[in-house]
Amino acid sequence: MSISRRRFLLGAAVVGGGLLLGYASTRPSRQSIANRDYAEPGQTFLTTWLRIDPDNIVTVIVPHSEMGQGVLTSLPMMAADELDADWANVRVEQAPATDLFANGVLVKGFAASMGFAAPAFLNRTMDFVTLKAAEIMNMQITGGSSSVRFTGELGMRAAGAAAREMLVKAAAQQWDVPATEIATRNSRVYHESSGRSLSYGELASAAAQFEPSRSPLLKRPDQFTLMGTSIPRVDIPAKVDGTAQFGIDAMPEGMLYAAVTTSPVFGGQLQSVGNKDVALQQRGVVRIVELDDAIAVVADNYWRANKALSMLQPVFSSTDADNRSSTDIFADYDAALDNGERNEDVLVGDAEQALATAADVISANYRVPFLAHAAMEPMNCTVLFRDGRCEVWTGTQDNLGIRGRVASVAGLDENAVTVHPFYLGGGFGRRLPMSTNTIDQATLIAQQFDVPVQTLWSREEDTRQDYYRPAVSSRFRAGFDSSGNLVAWENAYIGKNEPVEAAHIAYNIPNQKIDYVESPTHVPFGAWRSVAHSQHTFFLESFTDELAWKQQQDPLQFRLSMLSNKPRHARVLREAADKAGWATPAPAGRARGIALQESFGSIVAEVAEVSLTDDGRVRVEKVTCAIDCGRVVHPDNAASQVESGIIYGLTAAMYGQISIEQGRVKESNFHDYEMLRLSESPEIQVVLLESEGTSIGGLGEPATPPISAAVSNALFALTGQRVRELPLKNYRFLPPPVERGAVDA
Amino acid sequence: MIELQINGETRQLDIEPDMPLLWALRNELGLTGTKFGCGIAACGACTVHVNGQAVRSCVTPVSAVQNTQITTIEGLSAGGLTPVQQAWIQHQIPQCGYCQSGMIMAVSALLESNPSPDEQAVASSISNVCRCGTYPRISKAIADLIANRTDTPFVDATVEASV
Repeated sequence: MSISRRRFLLGAAVVGGGLLLGYASTRPSRQSIANRDYAEPGQTFLTTWLRIDPDNIVTVIVPHSEMGQGVLTSLPMMAADELDADWANVRVEQAPATDLFANGVLVKGFAASMGFAAPAFLNRTMDFVTLKAAEIMNMQITGGSSSVRFTGELGMRAAGAAAREMLVKAAAQQWDVPATEIATRNSRVYHESSGRSLSYGELASAAAQFEPSRSPLLKRPDQFTLMGTSIPRVDIPAKVDGTAQFGIDAMPEGMLYAAVTTSPVFGGQLQSVGNKDVALQQRGVVRIVELDDAIAVVADNYWRANKALSMLQPVFSSTDADNRSSTDIFADYDAALDNGERNEDVLVGDAEQALATAADVISANYRVPFLAHAAMEPMNCTVLFRDGRCEVWTGTQDNLGIRGRVASVAGLDENAVTVHPFYLGGGFGRRLPMSTNTIDQATLIAQQFDVPVQTLWSREEDTRQDYYRPAVSSRFRAGFDSSGNLVAWENAYIGKNEPVEAAHIAYNIPNQKIDYVESPTHVPFGAWRSVAHSQHTFFLESFTDELAWKQQQDPLQFRLSMLSNKPRHARVLREAADKAGWATPAPAGRARGIALQESFGSIVAEVAEVSLTDDGRVRVEKVTCAIDCGRVVHPDNAASQVESGIIYGLTAAMYGQISIEQGRVKESNFHDYEMLRLSESPEIQVVLLESEGTSIGGLGEPATPPISAAVSNALFALTGQRVRELPLKNYRFLPPPVERGAVDA
Repeated sequence: MIELQINGETRQLDIEPDMPLLWALRNELGLTGTKFGCGIAACGACTVHVNGQAVRSCVTPVSAVQNTQITTIEGLSAGGLTPVQQAWIQHQIPQCGYCQSGMIMAVSALLESNPSPDEQAVASSISNVCRCGTYPRISKAIADLIANRTDTPFVDATVEASV
């Protein structure tokens, strides 16, 4: 491993949908540590993520969290396929939160996607040296639509293939035959000519004597037996009979419950608490805990804790932000865009000159509000301090990161902290390791007890103490030459993007100037499903649509005309349009809109077909989505993720609005932070496309960004009204041909 | 003392009459399949059956459900998976899964009381929130359940028989 690569891997720690925490540590052999510390008698770890027991059960250990994306199925499939394991005898375990199972592969994946390192996974031969380099990162993170494309492609498949080679070697040695004469299938090794056969379990301990290959030979796609099939998801049975355990369901012996109120204005400090005597007299109340910025009541039942909490009269300090509102924040954004320092994002050609000489210049300003995640499981974390050690029960996108966080807050060594993984009742970025206010509170509260304490937030607290998707304003100018060619694209927006390419366009426009301007707010922000793509795809693809209409061109053809050098983009656009019936008129009272975006390694086009209700609200009838994710590991789950991404994005487009008033979040629960429901859910058709010779793309996030623009563009086609600010709930639309302005709700 | 009939068993609880059923189930009885989502009956994650009817337990005081038959997700499948639960597996519906107990309870109660609900009836009965967006699959599963209805009950048969 070169010095520069090592330095780079460490430097790449802040990327792609999350803050990736890690530090360098050299480990002579992870395998030997695994066998020493984690294998039961008779068990043998062959490679990091696989265990093969004498009874021929193969256990795949998954270093990611299951938050509904199917990772407990898709990753084991990839390992089992390369291993030639019998799926009926494959078990799945979530990795314990120790750095042994850390997900260094993620680092390499992000590195590859950022274009710094050539992706070695295009080769059939695994670049194990690079893989080892990634292992120095202690990471166990679930985010950035990364599980299958990185841990799966770089880790699971290699692990399965390496283990298979070791089993073959062991059989060859035992039978004294060349390894080339040995075949594997259904968790057994065969020497066909002599009719001999052994199970993997029988060979496991002998196989473990061999070092895993640095370059195990991976299967060609035509050799796959499991990948590409829709195996029933392993986590679903427990999710239909109520037995699935989420963090909120943890019930360690003697547990108490903490209900919390945090300073409603971000940054406020707790100054005093009134009415403590009354609260303490309430049944079941054990203690009132005062934190720097919050007050908690601990009781033997959550309802009792919350009821007593509501009797308290906390006073929080005033802050500079006490009078701040969303209106102020957007005014600051406008001022920054008018006068603030421009930071270069993209510079191609000379956009200023091209705009100065353009025959026609079109400009438009867009903006979107803050958004909360609103995961269905309210934020919670259960912590026990006892005998100098700490145990944590919680659902998180990064078990290892949470272990480090709790250790740091509690002042303990990481090795004194055990994190018990759980299913996540929704992640969407909210349960990433940099968004830890609940975890911090739970740790500080539990430190005052010698029994486990579950800190559980109300929905109101969940809505008002989130790490929000940032509100963003974005301004555009575009110039056409006298022949009607789009020759200039100018865009300035608020905030530095994550991922960096979120405001970049796929279209072939010769002069581009894209800048960002900083305008910090006091509102905490974090990663929200698809991160900055969710705001910018609305801006980019709405404005692109404006340009098409301005030129009186079909929005599909206009886009295609600028994608001659992007065949994959053109293909998904055509596929989505074809399946949506773009060439034929929409049914009476309906219209269609289209939008395109590449994110997290996948290219997505969506066509929305919309109508209006009698009272002028938008109704999304149908969404047709084509996605090229390179290769599909689990088609049904892939479709499921795409459906999910569309509904998540559509909910934001229709209803999503977190408003700041007097420094605090106005919305509180599902009555005023509304969610899309079954009755409003469109019919969704998903077209999964593969591309030979490309790397595998993500699926958890890429379907979210285009939907808001697809719907907004369809609304323009239907009503002639251009929506430049979300959410749509704030508008009433009239059917064509009358053009009407927005009506503030 | 509050006496509740839950999943066919009589449970004596020394709790306040105004404690919501949700917190009696979760914190006092350890029946964690019923989920807390909003506390204001706005999301349906806490849906249980009271005499076979879907009820949002987060706003239902225990005093209001004495002398009723209460069924939770744990009791629904006590005699094996119901047709709704089987359809949930067949259509591979749950993602994160957190809302699905409530979703399954709501759909089960609807289909038991109304053999062929129209779109309007489904829309008004199934207002549960799912943030993973499993709605398209739920719609298909409901349509399947209506089209292929059998004699197998959608709710706990022992409860239905006793009320």
